[in-house]
Amino acid sequence: MSTVAQPQQRIASIGGAPRKNSKALQRASGWVRRAPLLPALVFIILVTQLPFVITVIISFIDWNSLYPNNVKFGGFDNYVNVFTDQTMRASVVTTIILTVTVVVVSAILGLIAALLLDRKFFGRGVVRTIMIAPFLIVPVAAALLWKHALFNPEYGLFNGVLNWAFGLFHLPAPQPDWISNQPLISVEAALIWQWTPFMMLILLAGLQSRPLDVIEAAQMDGASSWQTFRYMTLPHLRRYIELAALLGSIYVVQNFDAVFTITSGGLGTANLPYTIYQQFFQAHDYGAASAAGVLVVIGSILIATFALRTVSTLLKEEN
Amino acid sequence: MTSVVTRATSVSKARAVGSVRRPRRTKRGALLGLVAWIFGLIFVTPVLWMILTSFHSETSAATNPPSLFAPLTLDGYANFFGANTGASPWPALINSAQASIISTLLVLALSIPAAYALSIRPVRKWSDVMFFFLTTKMLPMVAGLLPIYLIAKATGLLDSIILLVILYTSMNLPIAVWMMRSFLSEIPVEILEAASIDGANLLTIFRRIIIPISGPGIAATSLICFIFSWNELLFASVLTSTQAITAPVFLTSFVTSQGLFLAKVCAAAVAVSFPVLVAGFAAQDKLVQGLSLGAVK
Repeated sequence: MSTVAQPQQRIASIGGAPRKNSKALQRASGWVRRAPLLPALVFIILVTQLPFVITVIISFIDWNSLYPNNVKFGGFDNYVNVFTDQTMRASVVTTIILTVTVVVVSAILGLIAALLLDRKFFGRGVVRTIMIAPFLIVPVAAALLWKHALFNPEYGLFNGVLNWAFGLFHLPAPQPDWISNQPLISVEAALIWQWTPFMMLILLAGLQSRPLDVIEAAQMDGASSWQTFRYMTLPHLRRYIELAALLGSIYVVQNFDAVFTITSGGLGTANLPYTIYQQFFQAHDYGAASAAGVLVVIGSILIATFALRTVSTLLKEEN
Repeated sequence: MTSVVTRATSVSKARAVGSVRRPRRTKRGALLGLVAWIFGLIFVTPVLWMILTSFHSETSAATNPPSLFAPLTLDGYANFFGANTGASPWPALINSAQASIISTLLVLALSIPAAYALSIRPVRKWSDVMFFFLTTKMLPMVAGLLPIYLIAKATGLLDSIILLVILYTSMNLPIAVWMMRSFLSEIPVEILEAASIDGANLLTIFRRIIIPISGPGIAATSLICFIFSWNELLFASVLTSTQAITAPVFLTSFVTSQGLFLAKVCAAAVAVSFPVLVAGFAAQDKLVQGLSLGAVK
């Protein structure tokens, strides 16, 4: 049946002009087209949209699982609590600082790495491969590595290197307690290390899609390498930089692993995902956790709107 | 005529300039190559340090300044695999492998037909559907955590691999749909039309044409989905306890132990990252496409 229907359908679409009783046929062919899409669509709606709808509903309920007999409609209580709660507000600020710092610094480092790797030199393939390695360490493992093997004040690599370097000159080495002194920067450093390769890969792809003939022509016309970079490479890269930064933000905003592992959310490093986790697990305040969840979503939608716009320009170009 | 002349002279001038500059250029090139090497080495040092420490004994791992040339041993790995404590990581590793592999297969089974309906025979408003998939990826997972926990508790799925498979599938499905769409849209339409004229039905077209041609794309998509599932911590730590505990959760659990444990931690980090490192290096050139959701080739 379907083998017969398909060529007909194709002829109809090639011919363009719909024939008699084609409406029913068209409707049927519409469903034939939609059928392969439906399982994926239904699945994603059930698993990602339904829980969120429930989150919105719970966010209006006063519900602490320690007091199961005291569940009632609370209106905007939870939102008021979230906005007046010191830890919540602090975690909003932390989330913004953490995300912006990690994304901006890793995008700049990624751009430098991409520019360096865009040129031919001895061992380029090897350097590209080793640059990717940080991104391929399981995030929890990377966080453990930074916390214990690098930052540890007694036997971490950083203080070890300081000790060794100062030892060469017979000087007493400073042995800072990195995480206690600069908790947020410590978390950021570990994340920047992991996200720079991500930025580099996307920007390198952008660099390699540059129209080379135009750049060669510019160089022949006597443009300096700074001029070609500033007026040709950078404008071309702009969309890739935006894409890398926005995708990076989407992932870094949601970061849980590094905060959870390196500082356990202490010392002012608790970001929103961690705070929600804590509200839910330690305070058992389901309502407040949900309200905070809704706020994270609203924040993400703001970023996502820009991200979608960037991706859509890339998609349009492809077609 | 004049433009041709000026271009010719500018070319010859450029050549002249180039030939004068060449020695400086190569010197600068070598210098930039060196900078690139230093940059790469700085980034890879923590990884190399992790690998080296994992082969040191606990006492030589905890020296300051670091003992680079301490004798190598497999004690760290033996400890991680439970030689002294009896707490084996194998159940966690096997759970992670199961959840990642099954969810990756499920993602492929759902995303390839969906990508077909979004590229080869597109539904109306296919780009809206694409963006819908993408927006689901942008919703922070933590926002759905509580309802998922409650639903899982009510249905008895808490602490089960099935629950993780479902969640990881939904987490990776948008990425896979975007990636697979960009691979499928590269298949020449003529081949598909010829096949359908020859009377091949949809299943045959999938089996004989689409899947073989987009094989490398399917492999890349699988690797990306596998990596993300293998890495996932938040859901696994909230929704599993003893039965379905995954490798990342196991990693967070055993560090609380007292005494010297650096070699063991490094061995654990290497062991758990090993599958991802292998998968990632194997799919190096496809990695960027997956990470950018197929937007960048």
